[in-house]
Amino acid sequence: MDNLQLLISGLANGCVYGLIALGFVLIYKATEAVNFAQGDLMMLGAFITIGLTNTEYMGLPFWMALPISLGLMAVLGYLLDRFLIRKMFGESQTSVVILTIALGFVIRFAAGLIWGHEPQTLQNPLAGKELALGGLVLGMEDVAVIIVTVLLTWSLYVFFSKTKMGLAMQGASQNQLAAYYMGVPVKQVQGLIWALGGVVACVAGILFAAKGSVDPATGLIGIKAFAAAVIGGFGSLPGALAGGLIVGVIEPFASRYIAAGYSQIAPYALLLAVLIFRPHGLFSQVRTKKV
Amino acid sequence: MRIVFKTDYMQDIRPWKDGYQLSLYLLLLAVAIAAPWWLDDFYLGELTNVLIWAIAGLGLMVLTGHTGQASLGHAAFLAIGCYANIILVEAGVPFMIAFPVAGLITGIIGATVAVPALRLHGIYLAIFTLAMSILMDDIIVLAEPITGGVAGKYAPPVGVFGFMVDRWGTPNEFYWLTLGVVVLVTLGYINLLRAPLGRSFIAVRDSEVSAQAMGVDISRTKTISFGLSCMVTGWAGALMGLYAGAFNNETFSVVISIQLLMMIVIGGLGSIHGAFFGAIVIGFLPQFLSISKEYVGAVFGGSTVAIPGLEFGIFGMILIAFILFEPMGIYGRWLKIRTWFELFPFYRKDMFKRQKSYLKTERLR
Repeated sequence: MDNLQLLISGLANGCVYGLIALGFVLIYKATEAVNFAQGDLMMLGAFITIGLTNTEYMGLPFWMALPISLGLMAVLGYLLDRFLIRKMFGESQTSVVILTIALGFVIRFAAGLIWGHEPQTLQNPLAGKELALGGLVLGMEDVAVIIVTVLLTWSLYVFFSKTKMGLAMQGASQNQLAAYYMGVPVKQVQGLIWALGGVVACVAGILFAAKGSVDPATGLIGIKAFAAAVIGGFGSLPGALAGGLIVGVIEPFASRYIAAGYSQIAPYALLLAVLIFRPHGLFSQVRTKKV
Repeated sequence: MRIVFKTDYMQDIRPWKDGYQLSLYLLLLAVAIAAPWWLDDFYLGELTNVLIWAIAGLGLMVLTGHTGQASLGHAAFLAIGCYANIILVEAGVPFMIAFPVAGLITGIIGATVAVPALRLHGIYLAIFTLAMSILMDDIIVLAEPITGGVAGKYAPPVGVFGFMVDRWGTPNEFYWLTLGVVVLVTLGYINLLRAPLGRSFIAVRDSEVSAQAMGVDISRTKTISFGLSCMVTGWAGALMGLYAGAFNNETFSVVISIQLLMMIVIGGLGSIHGAFFGAIVIGFLPQFLSISKEYVGAVFGGSTVAIPGLEFGIFGMILIAFILFEPMGIYGRWLKIRTWFELFPFYRKDMFKRQKSYLKTERLR
């Protein structure tokens, strides 16, 4: 029973990692850029929602604040692409990585300036409620996290593989020039995917802030989510979720069955092992390149 | 306008272009050696710090700037160098032996790490090294009997040619020690770049396929590059440990890795100057910020409150500005200014235009 409890809480944590990883993968899948600021965007989304909802700030009802903050993050994501990332067209991947790391610094600084450095929790309608399931006691937040994550991953997966826009996004990433010739509006597609990335980050942030507390340094769990994305295989949406779940579950079990100090190490050790033995992740999408 | 007439093939291989350039650098060296006489102790310490960062930057520059392998984990090698040096010194090995050996150990570990990393490209390599840097923090804590764990270690004064050198006791001697290492590493670097090995590094950076076609052994080149880079970084780490005096697992956190990479990007990737320019920015930015904050406070009154995270915020903004407007860093800007003066009326706007390429992925789905 203990193990089951551990598993469920690990899964709920893993879902948050998975959601951030989903943001990475979305942007990578459509623009081939790696957004190291995704964790910080998540933190920003959480803080925007806190700023709208919590009584000490604006005190709006939660269900009203939700669409506003999602919209704000979508606009922010679009603007980031419009004014920063689009300028990097044709530059190397490493420059984009460094740009987004710097962006993360700036976002962390801005959030600290506006909302302070104290950890804060989102006041939400699910807080404190519990679900008893035959001996298992689950926090409603955990259940909500798992449900939302699975739904979101599924709908994004369908969006990418079935809709015209999703296919256009994949095309734009595989060969920008060819996609442009085929009539794909590459710039618009890129702007849209960054907006979508902002929304996913916001959802992850809201769930994270509802489960625990956020402070400006929270964005650093983006690194862990990054490990999740790589374990799952960069570029695969279900892979990102699976990677997130693996990382989320492995942490509590490592700290319980090996030693407390090892729960930090386990995800990264797993990451190194995956990179060494399966360099492109468990759900690999890369075949050998032909010159 | 200064024109160098080439009359000899050796002139292309010589480390300096002409006597004028050589004399400029010798002058710079003389000014640097005389620094303890024209700087007070505080700024001398800051200058030492800048030089140590420059060594670390040179180390990373070999790998990232000249071999094209981005590493987000060089703080791990700083840590290895630092701990190896202090542990050897504590075991009774003289510093003059412990210091080079610490670099060698770091280099060997780096080359070993490179073997699995060789299969990884671009972003995957960055993640691999990032994970390594995070792991190093925990490994230091877990290996407490050797490393002192969270409590950390203290750097004892070390003997160099019979002098006892200590960061606080004898800042001048410590500065000269650092300067000596900087000069040796820089000379070695210049020499490397005109040797076949350095040329093959650059070939691998520019195109692995073409380099292979020209007979460059890619995995060997990358491994050596990793090894050399880590060796120099290890020396920087050893000096950093001596400079800090006390250190533990958090001294060489992953933030330092990221800062190091950003430093060489700001300075200018792929140039020795870049490591130094970047180190100056990193080293003096905190001082500059605190001075300018005082100034702003004096003008507008009362705004001298400490803003947490300001340094990183400003740093991020500078970096974004550089990547957008001057991807070649400070050194690139300097090259443009110098060319403008050298060619005075004939400089054209597009002289440094870079060719753009459109993106293609290796993924199939």
